[in-house]
Amino acid sequence: MFKYYGKLAPYLFLIPAGIVLLIFFFIPFFQTIGLSFFDYSNSIYHPNFSGINNYIEIFHNPVFYKVMWNTVLYLVIAVPILATIPLFLAILINQKIRGITLYKILIYLPVIVSIVVAAIAFKWLYAQEGILNYLMQVFHLPAIGWLTDPKYAIYSVIILTIWKGIGYYMMIYLAALMSVPKELYEACDIDGANFWTKHLTVTVPHIMPTIALVTTISSISAMKIFAEIYVMTKGGPLNSTKTIVYYIYEKAFENLDLGYASAMAVILLVIVMIFSLLNIFVFEKGKYDI
Amino acid sequence: MKLNLKNIPTHLILIIVSLLSIFPFIWLLSTSLKGAGENIFAYPPTIIPNDFTWANYAGVWQKVDLMRYFINSMIVAGGTVLLNLILSSLAAYPLARMDFKGKKITFFAILATIMVPFQAIMLPVYLITLKLHLVDTFGNVMGFIGLIMPFAVSAFGIFLMRQAFLAIPKEMEEAAIIDGCNVFQVFWKVLLPMVKPTLAVLAIFTFIGSWGEFLWPSIVLTKEAMYTLPVGVNNLQGMFSSNWRYIAAGSIISTIPIIIFFLAMQRYFISGENEGAVKG
Repeated sequence: MFKYYGKLAPYLFLIPAGIVLLIFFFIPFFQTIGLSFFDYSNSIYHPNFSGINNYIEIFHNPVFYKVMWNTVLYLVIAVPILATIPLFLAILINQKIRGITLYKILIYLPVIVSIVVAAIAFKWLYAQEGILNYLMQVFHLPAIGWLTDPKYAIYSVIILTIWKGIGYYMMIYLAALMSVPKELYEACDIDGANFWTKHLTVTVPHIMPTIALVTTISSISAMKIFAEIYVMTKGGPLNSTKTIVYYIYEKAFENLDLGYASAMAVILLVIVMIFSLLNIFVFEKGKYDI
Repeated sequence: MKLNLKNIPTHLILIIVSLLSIFPFIWLLSTSLKGAGENIFAYPPTIIPNDFTWANYAGVWQKVDLMRYFINSMIVAGGTVLLNLILSSLAAYPLARMDFKGKKITFFAILATIMVPFQAIMLPVYLITLKLHLVDTFGNVMGFIGLIMPFAVSAFGIFLMRQAFLAIPKEMEEAAIIDGCNVFQVFWKVLLPMVKPTLAVLAIFTFIGSWGEFLWPSIVLTKEAMYTLPVGVNNLQGMFSSNWRYIAAGSIISTIPIIIFFLAMQRYFISGENEGAVKG
């Protein structure tokens, strides 16, 4: 194609987005790294250069290990559930049966509703004299401090995250299922394969890339959990529900320990980047090709 | 379609999952409709209120300026959508259609932004926003700009628009050039009208994302009159400490607009065509 545009044209088109990204992304990105080498704990106005002291401090802080443990719990509980149950539901919904649209709308509803409202709704379910403890009583189990007992609180929060994510991942799987050739299922039916064999031998291998994609995106969002914690527990009781982002928020905006918070942010950055690189160069290969 | 006996287990599972999906809201709704004469902690719990009343709604509506929060959310979400549409399509055009020096590095720079979560850079973003006076202490307009700007453009939007431009046949541009259009007219009069469906998708998903955003507004906002819905609703907890009837009523009211939006636009969400377009 002939070149109909001037030399400057491409840059003129890029400049508006470029300026916004520069001010609100690239400068803060490098500033985060820079700030992490300064000590703000004495004065917020006169920070001292402290090298890697913030990082050393973090690795000596038991709260950090608690926070990382909570993240690991998220990864080993929420991620596998979010990678499998939505797939199962998508397979069920991907049939010609009555009421499919209604099911889709209802199951997708938690995705649309604000996380703040969802967290409030769950806080109400989890109340000491709430409806869940009534169910416990019905089954002759002792009442639980869903959000007040350090043993259980993190699981209660994880349940909310799972509940809010199921519809989202189901829709991703549903789109992927449309690409599975129907003939393969017909072949299975002729062979008399049952539901599980059919889907384990045809569906799962066929949509493996999507399963991998869902695993990475749900892992990345697990590391960015904030609102659930802020609304329901504020990280308590006894740090038992503190997540990485909540910890950064607390250090930065409540303790005003900007250096420590930034070092923690760099740690988050590194972890998320590893997952994202995997995602971009392995699972979503092609989507971002030049 | 007639009811097939074979499908009963499928329906059973889907009904249970659907009920689990909406039960937390149903329970909140039920609580919000219970009058002072009914114990909201009663065992066994009652879903249908015995002492039915709208009073909690009237009460919370009077004490909290939910309408204000709604308007604020509309301004922020509207501004964010508008800027995303403009900035993303502008930036996507040369990336899809032009050759220029530095294209590769521009491309990777934009790609890099996908990898960095906002949460990791929010502190310096806040410091910069303060320095630029884009906070509500310098006036409401400045406050709104500060709420919008960090989300004014996204790599997701740029790549989405780029894909849309790539799908347009080059002959369209060539014809326009021959007819005497300059590069801006090509963009504005030829290309943009052809990607309207993609613009709609970008608008809808940006709107949902912006509407639900909680972290950033709860960092920058200082004035209650500037609260967006999520921040305002979270604040109900503090205002009515243990008055769950009011908290529930306020939460339900705040959810109505987005549910209407969702039902009106449902085909964009549940058709399966725009899978993975946004993570709320």
